[in-house]
Amino acid sequence: MSTAPHTSLTAHVMPIEIGEHVLRCGFIGQQPVLALADGQVVFVKEDGLTRTRPHGDAAILLAHIRHDQILTGGEDGRVIRSLADGRIDELGNEKGRWIDALTASATGAVAWSTGKHITARDSKGEIRTREAPSTVQGLSFLPKGYRLAYSHYNGASLWFPNSEANPDSLEWKGSHIDISSSPDGRFVVTSMQENTLHGWRLSDKKDMRMSGYPAKIRSLSWSHDGDWLATSGAEAAVIWPFKDKDGPMGKPPRECGVRPAKITQVAFHPNALVLAIGYEDNCILLCRLTDAAELLVRVPVKGQGSITALAWDKTGKKLVFGTSEGAAGLLTLP
Amino acid sequence: MTEKIPVTVLTGYLGAGKTTLLNRILTEPHGKKFAVVVNEFGEVGIDNDLVVGADEEVFEMNNGCICCTVRGDLIRIIEGLMRRKGRFDGIIVETTGLADPAPVAQTFFVDQDVSEKTRLDAVITVVDAKWLGERLKDAPEARNQIAFADVIILNKIDLVSADELATVEAQIRTINPYATLHKTERSAVNLEAVLGRNAFDLDRILDIEPDFLEPGHHHHHSAEIGSIALTVPGDINPEKFMPWINEFTQTHGPDILRCKGILSFKNEPKRFVFQGVHMILDGDLQRDWKPDELRQSKMVFIGRKLDRAMIEKAVEATRA
Repeated sequence: MSTAPHTSLTAHVMPIEIGEHVLRCGFIGQQPVLALADGQVVFVKEDGLTRTRPHGDAAILLAHIRHDQILTGGEDGRVIRSLADGRIDELGNEKGRWIDALTASATGAVAWSTGKHITARDSKGEIRTREAPSTVQGLSFLPKGYRLAYSHYNGASLWFPNSEANPDSLEWKGSHIDISSSPDGRFVVTSMQENTLHGWRLSDKKDMRMSGYPAKIRSLSWSHDGDWLATSGAEAAVIWPFKDKDGPMGKPPRECGVRPAKITQVAFHPNALVLAIGYEDNCILLCRLTDAAELLVRVPVKGQGSITALAWDKTGKKLVFGTSEGAAGLLTLP
Repeated sequence: MTEKIPVTVLTGYLGAGKTTLLNRILTEPHGKKFAVVVNEFGEVGIDNDLVVGADEEVFEMNNGCICCTVRGDLIRIIEGLMRRKGRFDGIIVETTGLADPAPVAQTFFVDQDVSEKTRLDAVITVVDAKWLGERLKDAPEARNQIAFADVIILNKIDLVSADELATVEAQIRTINPYATLHKTERSAVNLEAVLGRNAFDLDRILDIEPDFLEPGHHHHHSAEIGSIALTVPGDINPEKFMPWINEFTQTHGPDILRCKGILSFKNEPKRFVFQGVHMILDGDLQRDWKPDELRQSKMVFIGRKLDRAMIEKAVEATRA
């Protein structure tokens, strides 16, 4: 337990009246945007909230936010891109099948999956599809080139959608859920059904096991320099060192933000070694890696659920968050 | 803590009347709303707002237990559904005619996120009275589904004679002596018979009265699914019984589909109840033994290759 008194930033948090489970949040430019489970996309503007329903009456299952757009996948089987001015366009339609995974690259490529079926759409709108060996659970573009990593049962695969070649496979027994690659593209990490992380060094496919979590790890965040991977799933943010060529092998992880509540979301600051940590009791802390100093962003409020979404803006001056019970807020650093 | 959403699993061989029962559940005027998870998406008309297509993807848990299989698609679907509370009062999972119910059931015990938000209410199996005999010969799944059931809907009884019906009922009872059995035409059954059963709730295991028809008349092929019911007079020594049942279910887990028991432990004023699905065991002390109640222990094991002599001997050795 951390006993040091927190310096508080709570006075700098502006509450946002949301009212529904927040799936994901982020920024389009300076403007916070939140995707809600009931199907709304909410833009937070100077003069109030603009609520849209890109999927009509259908619920949103997944969202991915880039600097200029928000992508949503719905229970209606559609993948929709919304822009800040309210324009929307449909990128995909899987005819009522739930969209299981969704991602986008920094350069405008988009990918989604339903069951075993993966669709990759490059920045020009060219579509390629592929069947995975089993249901795809996670999708992530590698930082370099047009290459998609996808997780499934018994491992993950790396696919160049524009190539006829078969995907490169990364094998490890078990069910792999979320997938993420390090910012330098050297490592791919998945979260697994059995409350562990699995990693591969891509140069030689060397396996890395990161275990000891009491719950599933559903939030992963890389530091801006790519040296650290912060993870949820325990009563402390567990932060693995990836700087060396062996990644975290043989090294203990760092821990910060220890509280008697499980961590549900982590988000590294875009240009400093500061981690935003969201808990199951909707508390939020900022933790500085260099000296473990903590700053309080949000005091837990009973009945407001767990933190389900947490994201910094590009400059690192603002942090937006949302909870499973529809509470949300915007921190502006002083 | 909000109430967990009940989940009803509907199984049954192809053509037995599952979809008829499902549509009956959905359209009766009970004022309840359901989310329905089906396998063959859009194939048969289902009269409901919230229908989700599933892949029935089964995988093994990486925990060294080969019988510990779960439905990955169900974990994902339930995560998605549970984000929007208030849309429905219960979830109904319809499996394909060929599906093994165990992975569906185990998902609700093994996955932490699923078990925090939902609870398995009961496994309902719809059986075709006319064709069950044939299915038991050629389809191991049909036998599995009966073995796993908490409630059996013996359907299409209008298509068989009284003798045929008695035979079919006896066949069912050989496999599963304790499921509640309802005989129906066109799956017409009171909804209380299939919903709100709490079949996996230890507090609801009030009695075990195995309903064996014509005991001893059935020839059991050792590889077939069958059941063993035991009654042990007097008390049992928990120090001996607990290690045995744990070891037994760990060793024979793949072959034990379901088990249930009410035990009288020595010097324990309360009844001990347990139930299990393959290797997953759950047990607790329940209500007091009543003064006029006969203190004895009863248990039922349903599974493959069950060795009655071995089980009887082992249980006998745990007597206090």
